[in-house]
Amino acid sequence: MKSSSNKSQSTTKAHHSIDVRDFIHTHISSYDGDASFLVGPSPKTKALQAVVTKLMQEEKKKGGVLDVDTHTISQINSHKAGYIQKQDEVVVGLQTDAPLKRGVKPFGGVRIVEKACKEYGYTLDPAIVDMCTKYRKTHNDGVFDAYTKEMRMLRSLGILTGLPDNYARGRIIGDYRRVALYGIDALIAQKEQDKDNITGDMTDDTIRVREEVSEQIKALSMMKKMAQEYGFDISRPAQNAREAVQWTYFAYLAALKEHDGAAMSLGNVSSFFDVYIEKDMKEGKLTEEEAQELVDQFVLKLRLIRHLRMSEYNALFAGDPTWLTEAIGGAWCDGRHKVTKTAYRFLQTLYNLGPSPEPNLTVLWSKHLPMAFKKFAAKVSIDTSSIQYENDDVMREACGYDDYGISCCVSLLKTGKHMQFFGARCNIVKALLMVINGGRDEVEGVQVMANVPELKGEYLDYDAIYPKFKEALAYLAYHYVNTMNVIHYMHDKYYYERAQMALLDTHLERVMAFGIAGLSIVADSLSAIKYARVRPVRDERGIATAYEVEGDYPKYGNDDDRVDAIAKEVVSFFNAELHKHKIYRNAQATLSVLTITSNVVYGKHTGATPDGRPAFAPFAPGANPMHGRDTSGAIASLNSVAKLDYAQARDGISNTFSIVPRALGADGGEQVDNLVSLLSGYFAKRAHHLNVNVFNKELLEKAMQHPEEYPQLTIRVSGYAVHFANLSREQQQEVLNRTFFESM
Amino acid sequence: MLRVHSIETFGTHEGPGVRFVLFLQGCKLRCLYCHNPDTQAMTGGTMMTVDEIVEKVEKERVYFGEKGGVTASGGEPILQAEALGVLFETLQARGIHTALDTNGALVIDAHIEHLLAHTNLVILDVKHLDDAKHRELTGKSNRNVLAFADYCEKKGITMWLRHVLVPGYTDSDEHLNAWSAYFKNFKHVERAEILPYHTLGAYKYKKLGIPYKLEGVKPPTKEQVAHAKMLLQNHLPHVYIR
Repeated sequence: MKSSSNKSQSTTKAHHSIDVRDFIHTHISSYDGDASFLVGPSPKTKALQAVVTKLMQEEKKKGGVLDVDTHTISQINSHKAGYIQKQDEVVVGLQTDAPLKRGVKPFGGVRIVEKACKEYGYTLDPAIVDMCTKYRKTHNDGVFDAYTKEMRMLRSLGILTGLPDNYARGRIIGDYRRVALYGIDALIAQKEQDKDNITGDMTDDTIRVREEVSEQIKALSMMKKMAQEYGFDISRPAQNAREAVQWTYFAYLAALKEHDGAAMSLGNVSSFFDVYIEKDMKEGKLTEEEAQELVDQFVLKLRLIRHLRMSEYNALFAGDPTWLTEAIGGAWCDGRHKVTKTAYRFLQTLYNLGPSPEPNLTVLWSKHLPMAFKKFAAKVSIDTSSIQYENDDVMREACGYDDYGISCCVSLLKTGKHMQFFGARCNIVKALLMVINGGRDEVEGVQVMANVPELKGEYLDYDAIYPKFKEALAYLAYHYVNTMNVIHYMHDKYYYERAQMALLDTHLERVMAFGIAGLSIVADSLSAIKYARVRPVRDERGIATAYEVEGDYPKYGNDDDRVDAIAKEVVSFFNAELHKHKIYRNAQATLSVLTITSNVVYGKHTGATPDGRPAFAPFAPGANPMHGRDTSGAIASLNSVAKLDYAQARDGISNTFSIVPRALGADGGEQVDNLVSLLSGYFAKRAHHLNVNVFNKELLEKAMQHPEEYPQLTIRVSGYAVHFANLSREQQQEVLNRTFFESM
Repeated sequence: MLRVHSIETFGTHEGPGVRFVLFLQGCKLRCLYCHNPDTQAMTGGTMMTVDEIVEKVEKERVYFGEKGGVTASGGEPILQAEALGVLFETLQARGIHTALDTNGALVIDAHIEHLLAHTNLVILDVKHLDDAKHRELTGKSNRNVLAFADYCEKKGITMWLRHVLVPGYTDSDEHLNAWSAYFKNFKHVERAEILPYHTLGAYKYKKLGIPYKLEGVKPPTKEQVAHAKMLLQNHLPHVYIR
């Protein structure tokens, strides 16, 4: 039964096709107008925001964690209903029974949870430790039982890093909208039917799927019970906008109660909500103020999501991120755009509730987007730096589907139809250094790869090194795939995401998302070896600890094909190598060029490189050119990144762009127009992703206090560009004054 | 061949929209407040052919949007009018908007005429109307500059005027009034831009071993800039601050 109206869904009959996309596609009211209809926060939202602000300040004061329930293993029904300030909440539901109180989720690995508790001054209930060490195995234990010596070595040397082998893998996006559109009972009926159809020879695969679907059905029943705790009956479909938002949030909350995955993204709910909001408004049941209040309060709830993590983890990812990514905008395969008034309302939350990295609002950029929306998004970017952009035209074409969400930062998942095995990253700089050091690790000196000859000659020889580098990449790809296979086998076995999987099709496409770190350093190093003369300085072990670069060489980030082609080829080569191997549950390999904020940590574990980078200095983030080397202006830099082929890096190519408002133009209107031009051009070049940071005064002041943390910050005034960190204090102060001149 | 100091691929202050800015090497003026003294020498830089530059421009054309294009700046671009004229003619033939950011301090010859015939926008920096003051500021007379403006007006070339606001040098009420009054009947002056003086170029002087003559001069305050804008607006309708 296709869903033609949200009212016709109050049946417990099985749906032959669950199709949220069709519902939105049929009912969406695309909006071409501007932002003038938007309103500010309601009194209730303001009241809640005041309470939340105070709680967050307390949380900060207490070292980052306000409270932990150390006695209860967090599950869908583990906690009683919790509120911020009940009378003001139009959307309810918290992860535990109090705002910002974190739950414990030990099934990824109990030692990590124990350590995280300790770091924040808490003690994990010994009964939980006992249970997870003596009576119930965790994911982490499973993985280490199966790891080979080689896997352990690659892991401990930091060649394979951030592996989800002791925490929840995350990255799955449940189609949370299904609960609102169909109600839990219909979803259970569908899953029961799916299960009945899984018959035949009872092989490992069949048995596993039958068990998994049973778990999913349990999770759905638990969701119903959780909603009852808050006084809602979600067994039936949502009947209005408030219910649609509430039902969807409950589904998402269920997932967040059971897992603390590295990234647990939301998908694309704004256009779905808009269908209900439009209908209610047409029928006179909802005002604009109430619609915005719903969206504001939904977003406020998302901002309260917390996971209990070790400080080491937070250092790796710079802060306490959750990556609750919501994709906004984009277009249908038929060319109509998906911008609705609710897309605007979501961006408006950055004004109504203030700027925030979470939820991670992601604008799907398409040539089909109406100009008014492009301009509004650009304006919000300039004002808040809180939006990232991704190329909808390229992604839609690549996956042939137009209802997808973004997992984490840049990873496309077809909503309800895709499941992802998160694969963290592989440090390919170390692969290059291994080749220069006879197969040994450049920091520890231990032998990693066999049959790598010691290099002869005073200078590095490109023709000798490049083929060997490819061999090293092939070696890594093989072990990387195997390591991932072990991890995800165990994760499915010991820490299965029943709540999220219940909201996906039973028979779905799986992808395994691999990643590389250090692309720009590899490209520049190979370019230096090829176009300049690089002399390694070796220590008594014969390991190169420094490199002397004689002469200049083309650097990635200047739209120079000589080096950009190297970066492109490395990506394609590694991607092809990944595809050669057998992957767990027949998942498709995908590859990302993404380090988010962990580039500093990767750098700390990596010795000096032939591009002249000193030992242990930070990497550039994601696919960014190395800071200070893209000297031909922003567009040349963007063009270099745009050359990387999305088809070869289907898990995403991340680029971070930082600028001060003045460098975008003299006044607000110019800045918006120029940012729109920049984004349009970049995406017309088929680039994949852009993070836009428009630095505000506060940030520049911070950069003055800690210039070492902002090596990339470039100040551009008429015909003049300089790194902020290189200016004297007085000049920095002047920049600060000039940068914020435009208020005149 | 053009002697190029550097290229900025994302210029947002040198004409309308997003611009490919070609900074040409060499200038005969010695403006006290020049923030690019490294572009003054007539030697150095990189020699590039028109084709090489066109190829680079084409790579970023998709970023220009409806308004953007190419701006030649410097240094002083009209010192290389012959080759630059060929470049602008080629760019215009490809439908690319061309802007010339100049001090206009040369006698207009055939090469400059050809260049201006293929220029969509002239951004003219008129540093002072008083010839003696102009000499004091730049080392040269303003006679050619004003003739340049007249020529553009006569030929119907759109002009944006620029004025660097240097406290104690170019910010007196009398001067600002005279400056704007002079241009009030120019039909092709589309806007005037105030460039508040800044000291960010000072470190380059140290590096080049040239004494910095404006040592100690402070950038104008917000109020001073607003005041200047108000004065210019007495005669010119569209005044912007860069």
